[in-house]
Amino acid sequence: MAEAEESPGDPGTASPRPLVSLGSATKGTEGLSDISISQDIPVEGEITIPMRSRIREFDSSTLNESVRNTIMRDLKAVGKKFMHVLYPRKSNTLLRDWDLWGPLILCVTLALMLQRDSADSEKDGGPQFAEVFVIVWFGAVTITLNSKLLGGNISFFQSLCVLGYCILPLTVAMLICRLVLLADPGPVNFMVRLFVVIVMFAWSIVASTAFLADSQPPNRRALAVYPVFLFYFVISWMILTFTPQ
Amino acid sequence: MSGGEISSRTLQIFFLIIGRRLTGRMAAVDDLQFEEFGNAATSLTANPDATTVNIEDPGETPKHQPGSPRGSGREEDDELLGNDDSDKTELLAGQKKSSPFWTFEYYQTFFDVDTYQVFDRIKGSLLPIPGKNFVRLYIRSNPDLYGPFWICATLVFAIAISGNLSNFLIHLGEKTYHYVPEFRKVSIAATIIYAYAWLVPLALWGFLMWRNSKVMNIVSYSFLEIVCVYGYSLFIYIPTAILWIIPQKAVRWILVMIALGISGSLLAMTFWPAVREDNRRVALATIVTIVLLHMLLSVGCLAYFFDAPEMDHLPTTTATPNQTVAAAKSS
Repeated sequence: MAEAEESPGDPGTASPRPLVSLGSATKGTEGLSDISISQDIPVEGEITIPMRSRIREFDSSTLNESVRNTIMRDLKAVGKKFMHVLYPRKSNTLLRDWDLWGPLILCVTLALMLQRDSADSEKDGGPQFAEVFVIVWFGAVTITLNSKLLGGNISFFQSLCVLGYCILPLTVAMLICRLVLLADPGPVNFMVRLFVVIVMFAWSIVASTAFLADSQPPNRRALAVYPVFLFYFVISWMILTFTPQ
Repeated sequence: MSGGEISSRTLQIFFLIIGRRLTGRMAAVDDLQFEEFGNAATSLTANPDATTVNIEDPGETPKHQPGSPRGSGREEDDELLGNDDSDKTELLAGQKKSSPFWTFEYYQTFFDVDTYQVFDRIKGSLLPIPGKNFVRLYIRSNPDLYGPFWICATLVFAIAISGNLSNFLIHLGEKTYHYVPEFRKVSIAATIIYAYAWLVPLALWGFLMWRNSKVMNIVSYSFLEIVCVYGYSLFIYIPTAILWIIPQKAVRWILVMIALGISGSLLAMTFWPAVREDNRRVALATIVTIVLLHMLLSVGCLAYFFDAPEMDHLPTTTATPNQTVAAAKSS
């Protein structure tokens, strides 16, 4: 009665055989590789991969689509997130599909507008391009690390994404300030710029806390929000004190 | 150094105890007094249970090592360390820093504070009362790195921004003055403040550890606690820096005195119990050095970042005739 057959592919037969043939155990040297499930049990049916159609679509479509489509898709995603920052509601779009294109665009724009002219580089003046870039990115990384160390449950890149996108109001303030500075300087000029920067600073804080505050336990919320306040305050100060050379 | 010695000696005691039990002798308490271990004997015999605790974690932070030898005769220091039971339960119940240092959880233990705790610590740093020790009251349970790091960051930007603003206000009327944001000063301020807040505690901790090995001090602080004290003591300088915008010399120096008084007394009262046992001169020199460095920081920041207010009294009209005369002479 040693059914030591190795016949994995047999179709089901009607013979009453035991389910698992242990005969090979007596042979000793063959080991467990000789045990086979009996052919009684027919295996049939369909196996469907649920994501299959989507994968096929991605495989062919994103490789073969035109460059314009790819760029427009990414730009639309970035634009959609800009809208979410400008009208902050409690929605998860910024957190769910995070991307870092928007923060990069905003940071480069801000740094380009804030840098001092190269002609005046020997005099101590405003920040260089690299200094603004470093402040924005290292500030965002530090705040993210702080939030995670305090026990928040937001992921690293989600937090970077939110902080980067919420610079948008301050970039708009920078554009307005540059336009206002084209007019003649004076106290009125300064008051207008001050007002614009204060409003945009408040907008940035509100937008970022709408996204970030929920990720912290309630007894540490203020500890996590204060560095965000300091970060946007420093950027607002750099915008306000910008003087064209 | 002393940590390695004590842990190796506890290992030797442990093996000796095991050896005696195997040979069937009764391990009486007297047997634990071994003559060959000279200076470690007092602390070990006073607390015989300490051997098992030390073996579990031989690399434990130095604050647990001097133990709490009974009969020290100073009630304030007993209060400072808590009584023996609370120390032991704290040691055995929860080893806080149990994760290895390359994991993220290890660093999370330094940020285990709530909002009200940070506020309490800041309030405690603003009101140094002679009876209360800042470390014992606020920090001993839970030293954190949140306070020192963000207070230093705020102070860096407060000094840079206030300095810039005050210079702008001082030179406001002058026609020849062109405002520049002076961004380079932010990096200089950051270097100075962070170096002070981290290197001076390191030096002080090293010094206290060295003195501890020579003189058995009752109170000793871990490195993290010293960083905490220094970080929270710098908090008073944030409103001081903002108030330094006022361009009056007398006001600025009064502010320096007040800030130095508060934070200097906080530091002095914190570190006096740690050096009290020592030679009188060494103790006094330590406290004087701590306060002197603090004063150097505040006066240095005032001098470097804030222009002297007399500059606005320099009459620009007398300067221009000199220039025209000089131009006439040179031509």
